[in-house]
Amino acid sequence: MPATTIERTPLYEEHLRLHAQMTNFGGWAMPLQYSSIREEHLAVRQAAGLFDLSHMGEIQVRGQAAGRLVQRMVSRDVVRMRAGQIQYALLCTDSGGIIDDVLVYAEEAGYQLVVNASNQDRDFAWISDHASSGEQVSNAGRETALLGIQGPRALEIIQESADQDLSPVRYYRFVDGALAGVRCRFSRTGYTGEDGFEVFCTNADAPRLWRLLLERGAGRGLKPAGLGARDTLRLEAGMRLYGNDIDEQTNPLEAGLEWTVSLDKDFIGQKALLEVQRRGLTRRLVGLRMLDRSIPRHGYAVVREGEAVGTVTSGNVSFSLGYNIAMAYVQVEWGEPGSRLGVRVRDAVAAGEVVALPFYRRPHPKMKGGKDG
Amino acid sequence: MADAGGLRFLESHEWVRQEEAGATIGISDYAQSQLGDVIYLELPAVGQRLEAGARFGVVESVKAASDLYTPVAGEVAEVNDALKDHPEYVNQDPYGRGWILKLRGVSANPRLMDEPAYKRLVEGAEQA
Repeated sequence: MPATTIERTPLYEEHLRLHAQMTNFGGWAMPLQYSSIREEHLAVRQAAGLFDLSHMGEIQVRGQAAGRLVQRMVSRDVVRMRAGQIQYALLCTDSGGIIDDVLVYAEEAGYQLVVNASNQDRDFAWISDHASSGEQVSNAGRETALLGIQGPRALEIIQESADQDLSPVRYYRFVDGALAGVRCRFSRTGYTGEDGFEVFCTNADAPRLWRLLLERGAGRGLKPAGLGARDTLRLEAGMRLYGNDIDEQTNPLEAGLEWTVSLDKDFIGQKALLEVQRRGLTRRLVGLRMLDRSIPRHGYAVVREGEAVGTVTSGNVSFSLGYNIAMAYVQVEWGEPGSRLGVRVRDAVAAGEVVALPFYRRPHPKMKGGKDG
Repeated sequence: MADAGGLRFLESHEWVRQEEAGATIGISDYAQSQLGDVIYLELPAVGQRLEAGARFGVVESVKAASDLYTPVAGEVAEVNDALKDHPEYVNQDPYGRGWILKLRGVSANPRLMDEPAYKRLVEGAEQA
């Protein structure tokens, strides 16, 4: 088999049936869009969207010393996690660079790490290399499917077919149960800035659940949504994309992810990050609100009075806000909100301004019926 | 909606409709479907002189920024101002209200493809 074989998720045929435009995403054939990125984006903000996330890796760490290994590998303190809790955390190199960003699921008998598709084999090798006889590490990613249902109506759509009341499941918590009689895991997480669930099931069950959710959601505005909308949604929500905004050449502190780092515990990268903290940052990931219509994109220079002061890592139009937005690493002295910066787009400089992240925050459910009556 | 009758095409997916000494230019239905949602167009000033095959602007979609080339030589007579507020016209009606540029003083370019030839090019690209 050639090394360039493109992997398929169990929903590949479903995407073709829906006439999706497919793309090679980190070695996986994935839907980029079904109808239009804009329509899919707005469906998620206003009603619901259904995503195939089956390309993601699910690394399982089991055994009596599983907690010790995970505690050593990830940036965040996981020993106090109780079964059913989820944390966003990082895997770092010895020098403090980011190997991957992951979700840590605390289970009764160990941990599950949900990792980026294109990093899963590398992550698995990295964690396995640090394991001893007390831990068993495996990657169930290629046997596990993952469906994301996101948006203000996600709960009501999924609830109809669930075996239990899902409303008490809080953000960053999960429960095991069944959907339409199919065993699955309901995780109240997402990468869109909306409420919703990510549902784990076996590859064999995935097409059935995919069709079921599409059917149940159709009358409530649910649309299948591709990677294009996933990217514009996560950018509005200020969520970092591995390979664009963070990688081994960036550290968690400059990436604005210090909240995922427990510098007072022993983990790979801790010493280097303590040193980064002691020396102070030279650059910082900031949000840019653009005042011009040209779109800032990955790799474009950020300038101030004609001098380069940073680099764009992600940028696009914001369909929810009606202007263009970007994330960029910028020299710390120019990174405060209100700072006027430009982005070099082709032959011109597009004007922008540093703003706090995230760009978009969903209306809080408790506010409903409050101010507006 | 996607009627391309009487148009000529460039390999880079721009179309031209020549009427007397003037011409209207846009991008093909295939091009707009590949670009996805068009967000913004960077277009030349009226009066600018363009050679056949010259880059005259940029179309920005959610996915990428792509250069625009003119199939024929001429002087820019008009740009489609409606696209400032409605760039989605390029997606919705690429041969109609999604037109991009009008040229005057146009000289013909015999190397352009007619519609059947362009269709073969697109079908080839889709199978590749």
